[in-house]
Amino acid sequence: MARLTIEDLKKIKEKHKADFTLRAGGYRAKVTVHMGTCGIAAGARNVMTALMDEITKANLSDVIVTTSGCAGLCAREPLATIEIMNQPPVKYCDLNEDKMREIFREHILGGTPVEKYALVVGSETTY
Amino acid sequence: MGKFRANLMLCAGTGCVASESPKVSAALSEEIKKRGLEEELKIVLTGCNGYCAEGPVMAVYPDEIFYQKVTVEDVPLLVEEHFIKGRPYQKLMFKEPEKKTAIPLMKDIPFFKHQVLRVLRNKGLIDPEKIEEYIARDGYQAAAKALTQMTPEEIVKVVKDSGVRGRGGAGFPTGMKWEFASKVKSDIKFMLCNGDEGDPGAFMDRSVMEADPHSVIEGMIIGARAIGAHHGFIYVRAEYPLAVKRLQLAIDQATEAGLLGKNILDTGFDFELKIYLGAGAFVCGEETALMRSIEGKRGMPRPRPPFPAVKGLWDKPSVLNNVETLAQIAPIILNGAEWYRSLGTEKSAGTKVFALTGAINNVGLVEVPMGIPLRTIIYDIGGGPKKGRKFKAVQLGGPSGGCIPESLLDIPVTYEDIVATGAIVGSGGMVVMDDNTCMVGTAKFFLEFTADESCGKCVPCRVGTKILLDILTDITEGKGQESDIETLQDLARDILASSLCGLGQTAPNPILTTIKYFRDEYESHILHKWCKAGVCRKLTTFWIDEKLCKACGACLRACPSKAIVGEKKVPHKIIQELCVQCRTCYDTCKFHSIKILPAKFEGDPHEFLEAAAAGEKKGEA
Repeated sequence: MARLTIEDLKKIKEKHKADFTLRAGGYRAKVTVHMGTCGIAAGARNVMTALMDEITKANLSDVIVTTSGCAGLCAREPLATIEIMNQPPVKYCDLNEDKMREIFREHILGGTPVEKYALVVGSETTY
Repeated sequence: MGKFRANLMLCAGTGCVASESPKVSAALSEEIKKRGLEEELKIVLTGCNGYCAEGPVMAVYPDEIFYQKVTVEDVPLLVEEHFIKGRPYQKLMFKEPEKKTAIPLMKDIPFFKHQVLRVLRNKGLIDPEKIEEYIARDGYQAAAKALTQMTPEEIVKVVKDSGVRGRGGAGFPTGMKWEFASKVKSDIKFMLCNGDEGDPGAFMDRSVMEADPHSVIEGMIIGARAIGAHHGFIYVRAEYPLAVKRLQLAIDQATEAGLLGKNILDTGFDFELKIYLGAGAFVCGEETALMRSIEGKRGMPRPRPPFPAVKGLWDKPSVLNNVETLAQIAPIILNGAEWYRSLGTEKSAGTKVFALTGAINNVGLVEVPMGIPLRTIIYDIGGGPKKGRKFKAVQLGGPSGGCIPESLLDIPVTYEDIVATGAIVGSGGMVVMDDNTCMVGTAKFFLEFTADESCGKCVPCRVGTKILLDILTDITEGKGQESDIETLQDLARDILASSLCGLGQTAPNPILTTIKYFRDEYESHILHKWCKAGVCRKLTTFWIDEKLCKACGACLRACPSKAIVGEKKVPHKIIQELCVQCRTCYDTCKFHSIKILPAKFEGDPHEFLEAAAAGEKKGEA
């Protein structure tokens, strides 16, 4: 490591922000991909990979992705729940990679839920 | 490299390493690779998480799921369940003693819930071997502030106003120490760190050095700036190999990054830091002895004054601070004195780290605001004594401290309140004892330690501790005399008053407090030759109460000297001539049918025990 300046300290902090948002909390949005057997069979894995890819490309450090079990509505898998802090959570259904990418742009980045893919708005929050 | 969706914080502190966390780590990374998750999941090896009893422990973020006792065999299923199927793995979750429900979230577990983390702010959150992770948590920001925006006087003032006191044991105000040294004029000064944690059962400093070495280094840079020192040593015992390794790595990284050495952060300030390995002598935790030891001489204390702030290492002005004290300097500089004072009491500000051990459910490292009742630490965080056992005493402050009985558990943990009991806060060792503990034996244990560790320089300590130990040994072997209690107290007071250093000045504390709170145990040892806890072998007769015995054969099978006879449906009996008082039967019996009687007991045990119980009741009333 080269000699650091005070500016560098701040840069390093910024660079590692994503990891510490995960560990210490303080995130803006949380996406839960439902990964029950049904979800996995319907392609939840690819949906999550697509989401991770978008987050990486956008270099976001305040969005976290987590997984959970079956959401109960196996017929409409893959499902994902998006919770933006202080807004009602939105559950999306029948997802695929492209839909996920669109939701990422519109809802997570843009702040507007994508109604055409939404199953329900305002279910339980988990944060 | 993409972003990780989860961080797996696996503890790699000494406790968890001993319970094989390195193997778990290897198995985890192999499994994660096998499942193609290596770009999504990041394993971070952290320092001590604190919950050592349940190691290896692992916290998964962002879910905040806490796993304990993770084994290599669990790994495949854990990865599949949690990270592929999104179902946290119940089997390894925390379960409250006596209850079966699993508690998945770290913040809901009582052990963590009541803690406030300042010294241990980075515990379990960073990889101590990576300086970037420390920097990412505001690391070295305080050093930068102290070097660029503050005068030495301002640094001293903030530390003084914060009210932080030395966490090594004596509780001397840190700001005052710094002020003294800063005012002495000298071409050379030293900033020193005391990592010679020597109390049996204490591991606060080791954990800080292992889990967050940079926090100690940053505290030292700030202290060096405050007093005008350009050289420093961290004195740490060689028995702490992991702490030494991580400290050295941290020093190397900080030096490479220009945070130590010449011209730190281009501010023109120089500070060179080295580790000095101690050989593990208890007396070297005493400041003047520690300094002699760094000089390469035999570690022995010298009278003060002159104080080290005037004449310390190589007779130059020196400040020696404890690891835990230094680890909280950076947040004080960043957040200010008022922030620090927002926790704790007027005279005992901030938080204190305790190493909770002994006969308690949750053994581990805990940080609490000063002023909370002892009871909260022992029952809410520590989970109380183990099942079926009764709390007897808590030993605070190691060999220099004392035993506090149940009746005083509601006192707040502050320097003043603890001293009033006869114990000391000390460096933070907290050993819980249950009704299986003999208090005379406990005092003897600590005196064995201090008599052994006495450096021998002054007579009161060298000879006095040996005589105290001899008297205690006599008492535990049935050779006690009625006058012994008074002799112990007299001699103890003399040693307190006339010893050269803190070792001798505090060594009698375990005796004085056990006599103060458990005098009846001394008396029963001396007068009735009876160790009621059944620990002192020569003062114990084990006897099976035939009315309670279920004739299950458990004790009979367990007895190593075949001293128990009996058969099905016939109450068992101990043949006293064969019994070696090993306690095995007593610990084995599920029906509490084995009783403890005085040595070589003759007469009717039922009558004797009834009379004794009645006497105790009378005494309480």
